[in-house]
Amino acid sequence: MSLSQNAIEVIDATKSYGSLRATENLSFSVNKGEVFGILGPNGAGKTTTVEMLEGYRFPDSGQVRVLGLDPKKDAATLHERVGVMLQEGGLSPGLKVAEALRLYRGLYSSPDDPERLLRLVELQDSSRTLIRRLSGGQRQRLSLALALIGRPEVIFLDEPTAGMDPRARLVTWEIIRQLRTDGVTVLLTTHGMDEAESLCDRVAILDRGALVAIGSPRDLTTRADAQETRFTAQSELDLVSLAIALGIERVSLTEYQPGQYSVAAEPTPDLIARLAIWLREQNVRLGTLEAGQRSLEEVFLRLTGEGEDR
Amino acid sequence: MTTRRAVMAQTRVELILTLRRGESLLVSFLIPLGILVFFSKVGAVNTSLKDPVEFLVPGVLSLAVMSTAMVSLGIATGYERRYGVLKRLGSTPLSRGGLLVAKTINVVVIEVMQIVVIVATGVALGWELTGQFVAALGLLLLGTVVFASIGMLLAGTLRAEATLAVANGLFLLFLFLGGMAYPLDRLPDALASFARLLPPAALSESVRAALEGSGFPWSELVVLALWAVVMPFIVVRKFRWEE
Repeated sequence: MSLSQNAIEVIDATKSYGSLRATENLSFSVNKGEVFGILGPNGAGKTTTVEMLEGYRFPDSGQVRVLGLDPKKDAATLHERVGVMLQEGGLSPGLKVAEALRLYRGLYSSPDDPERLLRLVELQDSSRTLIRRLSGGQRQRLSLALALIGRPEVIFLDEPTAGMDPRARLVTWEIIRQLRTDGVTVLLTTHGMDEAESLCDRVAILDRGALVAIGSPRDLTTRADAQETRFTAQSELDLVSLAIALGIERVSLTEYQPGQYSVAAEPTPDLIARLAIWLREQNVRLGTLEAGQRSLEEVFLRLTGEGEDR
Repeated sequence: MTTRRAVMAQTRVELILTLRRGESLLVSFLIPLGILVFFSKVGAVNTSLKDPVEFLVPGVLSLAVMSTAMVSLGIATGYERRYGVLKRLGSTPLSRGGLLVAKTINVVVIEVMQIVVIVATGVALGWELTGQFVAALGLLLLGTVVFASIGMLLAGTLRAEATLAVANGLFLLFLFLGGMAYPLDRLPDALASFARLLPPAALSESVRAALEGSGFPWSELVVLALWAVVMPFIVVRKFRWEE
């Protein structure tokens, strides 16, 4: 079984809701013990992807595997080995924190200690509080504890730190790093580039249901960087004129965000001088000029066209 | 695999939540008891029976089953669906079947408590058993299947607020058409005939016949059994776990 070597396999998975394509021929795999992030703008298909792996949705075509098993057919086996944190909800408002943990302890065959988990997510002082009285961030942390209580081999976290204050975010990050140390496979979705950059071994960037990039944050941010120069200035510069002045093809020049420009060329002294001369001729003030590593955020915005008018 | 331990853990939570919901206890205990005491004392019901309490005990037992199995279960499950609780449990080792068993135990436990309180109150008001109590319990169980199915159908197809409204509306309608607080023959003939085809009247009339020992309630039993077969079938097809 070649499929069982990876913790997670998504193979050519397409899922539609009516006429809306949520994912389209999506393929990627996650190694055992890896922390894997799915990034993408709203509506990119992140939650659909996670929910196919959790067994809540079924691909119209293609297939998904978790620990070599089919999330639908082998649900009974998988549920014992997988932890889930939904993007929102899942908790009974009328239960107390300790009662929810006690319930979930009862559902798994070799559960973790609820007291330990309460301390881990820093809710030990709220154990007798009704869930409806918890803040959003506290509920997120309780959901995380419930996802952990069955000692899962694979854990799915759908926007785990959404709505958390900075302190709670750090606590959550620390827990995820510890999971990696313990050899647990983590698949998380996030909007936070800093989160992806500091936690994930690899990330996949989705846009409109399709995979547009995959790799380690470092790979994505350094790829082809020597061949790129970026600058900022006022928006809607005359790129045709600039391309001629720089002696490059028009297609090598993009305004990927209003006022943010990318030149697909090495930042040679000659290129910089030509740029400066053209800016003087046009009477345009330069904002910033840089070369070298991009941030993951820039990569993301570039690839997904986030922020552009669609 | 769903273990007995998992089902018991879920059952415990179901009972905690039920006992914590004041408004659902009001519907489950105070309304049936209030009707029993008020109508038997005030004598607002002029029945063909020698004593109103003979008429009311079977009716109120049926009402109690309806309140727990349809109203409480339906509303609670509807909100669990709204809050994503059903969805979240769906990725734990507790199977759908295990969840259903836990909910069934919860309903039956509350119903047993209701039956004890209602029978005790009835006896205090002078009620005497002349028929078969065990047969009546069997009928109440059959009624539970029907009303729980109606509650689950609402919970699994409507928004939580709509489930709340419709469950309470049906409760009131069924109270009027159910032969529970007053005899069906007080209704216009056409309406009474229609009411006899609905679950509440079939339940209360058959329970009454069993408790009085007044012959076997064939037609009521057939109506009730039909509902008990058809409703779960519809629920299984229509129930959606996510709102």
